[in-house]
Parts: sequence; structure tokens; C-alpha cells
Amino acid sequence: MIEREIVVIGAGPAGLSAALEAARSGASVLIIDENHRPGGQLFKQIHKFFGSHEHRAGVRGIDIGTQLIEDASHLDIEVWLDSEVCGIFHEREVWVVRSRELSVTVKAKSIIIATGAVENAVNFTGWTLPGVMGAGAAQTMINIHRVLPGKKVLMIGSGNVGVIVSYQLLQAGADVKAVVEAAGRLGGYGVHTAKVRRAGVPFYTRTTVLEARGNDHVSEAVIVSLDDAWKPIPGTEKVLDVDTICIAAGLTPLVELAFAAGCRKVYSPVLGGMVPWHDASMRTNVPSLYIAGDVSGVEEASTAMEEGRLAGLSAAYSLRYIEKDEYDSRFNDALRRIDSLRSGMFGEKRRIAKHAIINHI
Amino acid sequence: MKEDKELYICRCEEVTLREIEQVIDEGYHTLDDVKRITRAGMGLCQGRSCSKVIARIISQRTGIPIEEILQVKYRFPVRTEKLGVFNDGEEPQT
Repeated sequence: MIEREIVVIGAGPAGLSAALEAARSGASVLIIDENHRPGGQLFKQIHKFFGSHEHRAGVRGIDIGTQLIEDASHLDIEVWLDSEVCGIFHEREVWVVRSRELSVTVKAKSIIIATGAVENAVNFTGWTLPGVMGAGAAQTMINIHRVLPGKKVLMIGSGNVGVIVSYQLLQAGADVKAVVEAAGRLGGYGVHTAKVRRAGVPFYTRTTVLEARGNDHVSEAVIVSLDDAWKPIPGTEKVLDVDTICIAAGLTPLVELAFAAGCRKVYSPVLGGMVPWHDASMRTNVPSLYIAGDVSGVEEASTAMEEGRLAGLSAAYSLRYIEKDEYDSRFNDALRRIDSLRSGMFGEKRRIAKHAIINHI
Repeated sequence: MKEDKELYICRCEEVTLREIEQVIDEGYHTLDDVKRITRAGMGLCQGRSCSKVIARIISQRTGIPIEEILQVKYRFPVRTEKLGVFNDGEEPQT
């Protein structure tokens, strides 16, 4: 067994920010990611981020990712890629499988879990046909691999992921035939939604997808209006000529590792389902375990980065790398920035849900 | 409007809505029970995409709150690995 001080699991926005904050405090950090590249979902975020200046508003996700990795290269941060964490034993022992063949156990003083979230499935007739995919998957194809998933797209879900990916699909040369939303109102930020509407894409609220048709690939989609009980209304079906159906129906926190390690479960429908209980410092009921980012409740990348800072800072403080005064001052700065991200029409709901988790007994 | 009972809920193991509703009606009301009988959630993705959907179906059919159904036990390994990785008792010092 090898030993490391702080092990961070997941090199997305939360994990990278946690690693940076812990390393800046003087701790030595090992960050582990199952992918071939660090950065998580940041590198496919080619749009400009929201928030205030100190949240790097107006900067594109891809540039934030590049900066985080550049910063990490100057600090005591070791990076293991192509490495899957399969378990955490005795609260401190991280079991890693590297390159799918080498099993290694790392004994850590503190562990920060930043495993992110996974896209929700929507089941309808034909949903397993090629051409039906997560909106996040389509975004990876166009922005990372530069492959157009299809020419004529139906987007299911009008939240930020749905409208941002719709716009990027248009930019990539696809024709977005429609965006459908099961709720009575659109879910995304006005500025993102407006860009897609200005491009002439029709939006249908109280509407869902009923069926994907096609022999070996999607060639048509059937959409239908919903009544107040969310049931399809017969006779309202519309057939759309599409070859791709993208699903943007929310995310679920990737919690297996945290729960198998003994974290307590709290149900938070607003933040994506079952999440590990944690306090304001992102510490779980297992004292050596911290969490940050979407695994602690699905929000967005700027909040994930701030939560990562809280977790990294708290782990470093618990190992006595920094004095209380410095901890308090840096911690409160991050907390203040988080509060401003969780304000306004969209943020307030998340703020209440987050407090309910922290105060859950 | 008629619901399609033949649609796959667990695509890894090709388990349909009909099969899942059938075992719920037979009295199996936990995710573990449904998994053990139908194999839903036992495939490559290990229930990462279907378990939330199955929990919702159980909840709608039985009235059990979804947060109760989602109180399941998680086990290691949380990723699918080849058995060969367990083979080597000696761990390399990196």
C-alpha cells in the first residue's frame, strides 16, 4: 500500500479546484480521474460562464479548464489518469484500478470525492435506437471529437443543458427541429433560450416525446402534448422529420463510491436525488471524507468550483496545514461567492435545497 | 393512450416495462428484489441509468415514497473490472 496525504477523486471543476486549494495550503495531493484527460466536462463548455467577475463570468469553460490544469502543474499535485477508483475501505484506503489492469491501494489522510453526475434517461418507444443520446453526449461529440451526431435534431428538455447544446448543435451545422419541454414553462436562462429562439427553433411546452421511429436508426420522432396530470393527450401527436433525439432531462449525482464508503443518504429531489449528507465545510459523516461538486447535489460548474475550494481548504485545515485565522478568511470568501451564485430566480431554490441537506438530522 | 409495455427500461440486460411491472405486482417492492429476479441493473452500467426509473415505477405502483425505495446498499467495486485485476496479490510501489 502506498501513502498520500490528500486524495481527490475526479478531475473535473470541483476536483481540480479542491486539489489546487489543498496544494496552495501546503498539502501534497494526488488527483485521480478515470478519463484520458483531466477537466471533466469543462472542455466541452465552449460558451461563456455566468456570474460575477470573481466567478470568471464571461470566460469560456474550456479556458477555465486550461487555466486550472496550468495552475496545478506548478504545485505539488500528482495526477493519475485512466484510473478508476473502485472502492474506499476503512475510511482511508482508496482502491484504484489503473489502465484497467493494475490494482493499487492508496492510504490517504483525507479523501475528497468529486465524481460529478450522470445524465438521466427518458424511456419511450424506440429510445434504444441509434440516434437517441444524452444531450451531454452530443455536446462531447461536437465540441471534443468534432463529429456531428446527426443533421436533424429533436431536443428533449429546455433547461440550460438543452438550450446550450441546441445552440452549439446549430453552430456545428445541425438543424434543430424543435425543443420540447414537459413542464408548463421553459427551464433555461433567458439569454441562452433567446439565442435558440432567434435562430427560429420552435419550442413546445407541456410536450414530450412519445416515440422514436426507424429501422436501424432514428428517422422520425413523434411528440405529443401533455395534460395537467402529465398524461399524453390523444390526437395531439406531431411527427417530426429527425435523425437524432437528444435527452436533456437533468442529472443524477454519481454517489456509489460515497455511499459504499459509509456516507449517510439524504433525499433532495431539487438537487438530483439521493446525495451524501455533508456540512458547510463539505465534510461527510465519515470524518476523513469530503465531497464537492455535482456529487453533493447537482448545480453548475461555478458552484462546483467554489465547493471544491471549500473541501480542499477544509481538508488542508483538518491536517493542520493552515492556521484558523487564514482558514476562516479563505473559507468565508468562498462561502460568500457561493451565496451569490445561489441567489436570484434560479439560485434560490438550490440554496434552500442545499441548506436542507446541511441541516438534515 | 396505450402505454408501450415492451419498451426497455434496463437496456443493458434488455428488461421491459412489462417484466418490471409483473414482478412488482407479485410483491417485490425493493430495487434489490427487482434486480435479482429480472436482472435489471445488473449489466455493464450497473443500474446507473435505470435504477432511478425503476424506483419511480415501484413508487407509482405501490405508493411507497421514492426516498424509501432509493435507500439501497451500495457495494464495491463501483466500476466493472476484469477479474484479472484481483489476481495479483502483490501491489506495485509507484
